[in-house]
Amino acid sequence: MKKSMRFSNAFGKFMFYFGNIIIGIIFVSPLIWMISASLKPEAKIFANMDSLTTFLPVQASLSNYAEVFSRLNMPLVFKNTLLYIALILVLDLLVNSMCGYALAKFEFKGKGAVLNLVIALMVLPMEAIMLPLYIEMSQLGWVNTLAALVIPFVAKCFSIYMFRQFFCDVPDDLIEAAAIDGCSPIRTFFQIVMPISKTVYATVFILDFVAHWNDFMWPFLVMTGEDKRTIQLAVQSFFGTQPVHYSAIMAALVVSAIPMIIMFIFMQKYYVEGIASSGIKG
Amino acid sequence: MAKAEKKKLSGRKRDERVAAYIFVAPAVILLIAFLVVPMIYTVYFSGFKYQIMRPDAMKFIGLENYQKLFSDKNFWLALKNTVYFTVIVVPCQCVLALALALLVSKKFRGVAVFRTMYFAPQLTSMVVISVLWSVLYNANPNTGLINSILVSLGMSPIKFLSDASTAMNSIIFMSAWQGAGYQMMIFLAGLQGIPRDQYEAASVDGATKFKQFLYITIPGLKGTIKYVIMITMIQAMKLFTQPYIMTQGGPKNSTKTLVYYIYTQGFQKGNFGYACSIAAVFFVIVVCMSMAMKKVTAATD
Repeated sequence: MKKSMRFSNAFGKFMFYFGNIIIGIIFVSPLIWMISASLKPEAKIFANMDSLTTFLPVQASLSNYAEVFSRLNMPLVFKNTLLYIALILVLDLLVNSMCGYALAKFEFKGKGAVLNLVIALMVLPMEAIMLPLYIEMSQLGWVNTLAALVIPFVAKCFSIYMFRQFFCDVPDDLIEAAAIDGCSPIRTFFQIVMPISKTVYATVFILDFVAHWNDFMWPFLVMTGEDKRTIQLAVQSFFGTQPVHYSAIMAALVVSAIPMIIMFIFMQKYYVEGIASSGIKG
Repeated sequence: MAKAEKKKLSGRKRDERVAAYIFVAPAVILLIAFLVVPMIYTVYFSGFKYQIMRPDAMKFIGLENYQKLFSDKNFWLALKNTVYFTVIVVPCQCVLALALALLVSKKFRGVAVFRTMYFAPQLTSMVVISVLWSVLYNANPNTGLINSILVSLGMSPIKFLSDASTAMNSIIFMSAWQGAGYQMMIFLAGLQGIPRDQYEAASVDGATKFKQFLYITIPGLKGTIKYVIMITMIQAMKLFTQPYIMTQGGPKNSTKTLVYYIYTQGFQKGNFGYACSIAAVFFVIVVCMSMAMKKVTAATD
């Protein structure tokens, strides 16, 4: 009896690992194929599709990557993307954390109205407003400039909400103590509250970094100039540009994923926490 | 003394109020200028005949755009496709995400590796995934990885993206694969919130693993499940990138979605007023859906 139970336990454990390994491999196999194809010469990508060796990089070289860099002007694309993301994130963290802090810690007329506005606008899909927003951009003369990418999307209801949730938990005593020491409310925020709130800044940073790095539709509408393209636009247009070299396309896909992977390695904790906390609080 | 203290206090109150307005002003101004105003204009323009190429010929036509919309079979097709995508992808993706979360919820050697594997598709963008799968889905078994696997397993190749009957399902499959890792992370956090002694007590009472799942895990995850369904649903309603890159809405408009139709009418054909009426309807649908979800959530809590 006991023996059979131990056996079934071991068997269960084996099945558990086995299941995880099989499903895990199936899950990442498209990505492995992508990486492997990006290293192969064009003629070899589809050469041995009927065997598992298609997942191995044969005659591996970086020549596809060289092709991507020469055909896509990668330095410019990266510059466009990083400038866009850096600008929007700096403003995003500043503007939304200030608003979140005021909603958490200050008493003022209209507080309830602002909070309701933030919560109500959270469900507003960007796709429902993109037509007039585009007109607004063209009237302001912002089409094909960074301003069109950055300014409309600095204020984010979800970020404000996350900041507010965090700042609500900052002890009032700390703020009172600063006030008694003669520290103005504004200085208290920047010099006392901000430095102890690194986690929420890191969480909002990584969530919004990912969102903007992956953003496709809005840049696609307002950044039509070839020299203005962000990384996703460059990848998308490369897919349809002659000559179509699948190996080079795969290399472009890998290149566009590398910054995300680096970010994930360094900020994994905050990223996962951010995703998870949205679920608990929502 | 007390008076001075009071004065200081009221001075601080005033400082605080001033600070508050300085702090909320930038966000509120931006939200109004770039969310509220465009939203109002979506509704406003939907009452006009407004060609983007001839803004001077803008003419108020009342509800005509909506009348046209309700008899436009392309609109109904786009709505049908969007709803079909949502109704299929939401349960698939959520069940997959929950299954994955259960596979990696316990601490065991290598758990971090498996978690990362399931999350990996999230590390690439939807654009990347769409381009990659366009290649993987190739109908020719000599160049399409998935078809070559099907053929070597003795099955006949599937046309995937080039057949109207399979194109949307192919996009659904890919989207669930890409998105499940995200929801898995939310479920993992939810699973951690279920007290472990509940499981211990149940297994002492002789409850099977399946019963434990049914009577402890599912009720314990109720809030998380509702939240995950809601965000997945809203996300699904916005489907655009995948069909734009993979099928351009085809074949035979089988992957044309509501957002795609807004884009086609507004930006490609320049029928701005008409596109705004589609956008307004789209907005109402999304808001109704999230309100209905909130109602259901409130009712069952």
